[in-house]
Amino acid sequence: MSAPLSGPGSTRTPGREPARPGLPRTSRTARNHAPITATGLVVKVVLLGLVAGIAIWAAFPLIEAGHWIGLGVLVATTAALFYLYLGRRHIPAKYLVPGTLFLIAFQVLPVLFTASTAFTNFGDGHRGSKDDAVVAIQTSSVKQVPGSTEYALTIATKGDPATGDLVFLLSDPKTKQVFAGDAGGLRQLDASDVTVSSLSGKITAADGYTVLNIGQASGRSDAVTALIVPTDDGAIRSNGLTRAYEGKAARAYDAGCDCVKDSETGKTWTADEKVGSFVAADGERLTQGWKVNVGLKNFGAVLTDPNISGPFFGTLAWNFAFAIGSTGFTFLLGMAIALALHSPRMRGTNFYRVLLILPYAMPSFAMLLVWRDMFNTDFGLLNNLFGLDVDWFGGAWSARIAVLLVQLWLGYPYMFLVATGALQAIPRELTEATSVDGATPWQSFRAVTLPLLLVALSPLLIASFAYNFNNVNAILFTTEGGPFAPDNPRNGATDLLITYTYRLAFGAQGAEYGLAATVSIFIFAIVATVSAISFRRTRKQEEVYS
Amino acid sequence: MRIRTAGVVAVLGLALAASGCGDSGSDKPAAEQSASKATGGKLVIWADDKRTAALKPFAEEFGKENGVTVEVQAVSKDLQTNFVTASQQGSGPDAVVGAHDWIGNLVQNGAIDPVQLTAEQKAGFNETAVKAVTFNGQLYGVPYATENLALLRNTELAPEAPKTIEDLVTAGKKLKAEKKASEILCLQSGQNGDAYHIYPLYSSAGGYLFGTAANGDYDPKDLGVGKPESIAAFQKIAKLGEKGDGALKRSITPENSISTFTGKKCAFLVSGPWAVADAKKAGIKYDISPVPGFAGGKEAQPFVGVQAFYVAAKGKNKALAQEFVTNYVTKPELAVALYKAEPRPPALTAAFDQVKGEDPDLAKFSEAGKNGQVLPAIPAMAAIWDPFGKAEAAVIGGADPAKTITAAGKTIQGQIK
Repeated sequence: MSAPLSGPGSTRTPGREPARPGLPRTSRTARNHAPITATGLVVKVVLLGLVAGIAIWAAFPLIEAGHWIGLGVLVATTAALFYLYLGRRHIPAKYLVPGTLFLIAFQVLPVLFTASTAFTNFGDGHRGSKDDAVVAIQTSSVKQVPGSTEYALTIATKGDPATGDLVFLLSDPKTKQVFAGDAGGLRQLDASDVTVSSLSGKITAADGYTVLNIGQASGRSDAVTALIVPTDDGAIRSNGLTRAYEGKAARAYDAGCDCVKDSETGKTWTADEKVGSFVAADGERLTQGWKVNVGLKNFGAVLTDPNISGPFFGTLAWNFAFAIGSTGFTFLLGMAIALALHSPRMRGTNFYRVLLILPYAMPSFAMLLVWRDMFNTDFGLLNNLFGLDVDWFGGAWSARIAVLLVQLWLGYPYMFLVATGALQAIPRELTEATSVDGATPWQSFRAVTLPLLLVALSPLLIASFAYNFNNVNAILFTTEGGPFAPDNPRNGATDLLITYTYRLAFGAQGAEYGLAATVSIFIFAIVATVSAISFRRTRKQEEVYS
Repeated sequence: MRIRTAGVVAVLGLALAASGCGDSGSDKPAAEQSASKATGGKLVIWADDKRTAALKPFAEEFGKENGVTVEVQAVSKDLQTNFVTASQQGSGPDAVVGAHDWIGNLVQNGAIDPVQLTAEQKAGFNETAVKAVTFNGQLYGVPYATENLALLRNTELAPEAPKTIEDLVTAGKKLKAEKKASEILCLQSGQNGDAYHIYPLYSSAGGYLFGTAANGDYDPKDLGVGKPESIAAFQKIAKLGEKGDGALKRSITPENSISTFTGKKCAFLVSGPWAVADAKKAGIKYDISPVPGFAGGKEAQPFVGVQAFYVAAKGKNKALAQEFVTNYVTKPELAVALYKAEPRPPALTAAFDQVKGEDPDLAKFSEAGKNGQVLPAIPAMAAIWDPFGKAEAAVIGGADPAKTITAAGKTIQGQIK
């Protein structure tokens, strides 16, 4: 168990109250016909007003993006909420709806989103749509026509600066010729009709055109970029707002053959909808691909790729060992200290309590980094202090022990806290009664204290287990999953399934969100199964002891 | 009415949640949203913290000159990933500042557009820098600074610059025996290795990453890792490792390598221009020389990296961004200011000459990088870093070089699409 962390996977800390604002806390005093107080009314009006305000604020981006389904959901939800909280009926729904909606928003939707990603090749090189890829391919292939003129560019309009048709006023710095160009083509202007700045070579005024300044021109940025003046060899395009060049797009998409053709080399890349790339006959792929549905390919990869499935069970076993070890050791130590401080003969307990809470009070990600440095073979505190020469993070077992030690240090204060609380709730008469009956302290602990403690703490232990099962920070900030076997850089000795997934999704080798989502689904299934089984067993235990 | 109040608070949260979900699950930083609302004449640039500070005055000046608003936003973490994601969602900036080895990934995700520089403008740049930002025969960014590794030497401990790595090891061992230093060489590796820092030695021993295609670009089909040359190289590296001379150690990490050097625990440090500030602060006497290669081997070639400005493909003010990047960034004044914010040699020859006189270290770094190799920007390079680094760490720790590198080569090959 670990203290609250910042970073991925850290939003929930078991044993603390979930940070969900506004869930009803005490509902037992509610009456169906509570009188309407002025304060209540004001609060209701203000909050529902805010709901409306937020809904309107959220609607604009949705409309802009054309997300009609999202907008529909937003409107329906807001309307339903108003109906629900303005009326006096549906009391149970008033309690249930917020929680349910939160559940949908923060649990169900992410899981569905992850699941849908698992069936795609979403990742670097395959992020956008096919249209995006085509645009990117065509834009990237625009090259300056060799030996062509570099024009000084002035952006002008016919008529109003904000709405008139855009025209490129071009001047050739060498021949001093001046041109006007638009989508219809290029035509030469009479030099006497224009004023050319002697300093920059740009046209500053022209008869019949309104010259735009940089601010005005950049306001119509999209139109400027889109305006292409066709010429014999290619087209004149703007390069910024003051220069233009004659360029040619070497590659063009042909919808007829669903392929990209290179006019220079004559090579053709045909769209392959299975991999989401344009592939040439010789197997060469264009770098810009798009997102496609790959079916069960990712699932197949997890199960059959020897790099993934081979070490999967080893990683899974260590993952269990890590979660059980982190939870178990911290619980044992925390409970032992709690028992010691619970003893009535103990003096200065408050002082000890403050000391014991310290590790919990420090930001754990910083502590993890400090611990990492303390385990350094040559410069680390641990080896220097004890005169050891252990290559902590270099050996598989020493690294595992080191990680568990760090977890123990970070986590025992939490267990100490909850155990102290639970101990206060156990009446001293019970243990006193056992001692009257002649039981040794150990026997009375085994027979009375521990079972009662476990009843109170089991759910917390299970939550702590589930949390540690996916404790990314504990591994990423210390060993980064290492040490790695010399012949397998993908799966390290201390890797948890989640750190392994994290590396897949955000690692240095490029993002593979699809594959990472698939592994997440496997993890989700494992954690869900384990939690379900343990909670069932806890319930049975409670029945035994109660 | 307590319960109802609570319910309404929940409703409020829900509306927020609903709005969040509808918007294709994106959570945009607030800054981006304000940018997207601009009606025109507004340029948004993303850069990391240090560069943001240096860029701001110049961006403002550009804005004033042209009657537009320019906003420089600091993205302190994962700039590349954030940029790709934001640009995918249409909420990205108009221009971005970053390392040139991002280009492959940015291009395959359609996040940046090529830029067009005149022949005259191109000639003003350091040749290597221009080569670095060229990908598939297109110029994708305007470089402003270069960086490469060199050997920093504590001149009190080691007055002579070593000619070969063997000389260095001999000198380092002597210092260690005399208890003047505790380490032979500070070359960062860590438990997971560091491909960037080991590369000079790897190249000196004959190893290569990718062959070159006919057009001068790196060829992803010709992978050098796992080839006999790379095995030979790693056999030499293994001799320097923990089971050999002990010059390369996994306990020297990115976090402690510079501080170990400035703490006078090692006389030699392989690092980049960023280490100079620390060395100065620590007040040690140092000198900079090229990273030495193996005796009888090739020259040690460090990677040359380039920092560049890119035009975002999906920016809202592309024309303005092009104007800024191609006509404004190419001015030496900006390069000098960025140099002052972080001392890396400017890519513009004019700017480099201007600061060279004030800062002798700069010339030495640039000298050390003269025979350097441009850091490959092809997307396939992304597959190299992790497996290569881990193989390096394993070999330094005493694993069998042939087996390790062959396996790493296979992994890398498998990841190259």
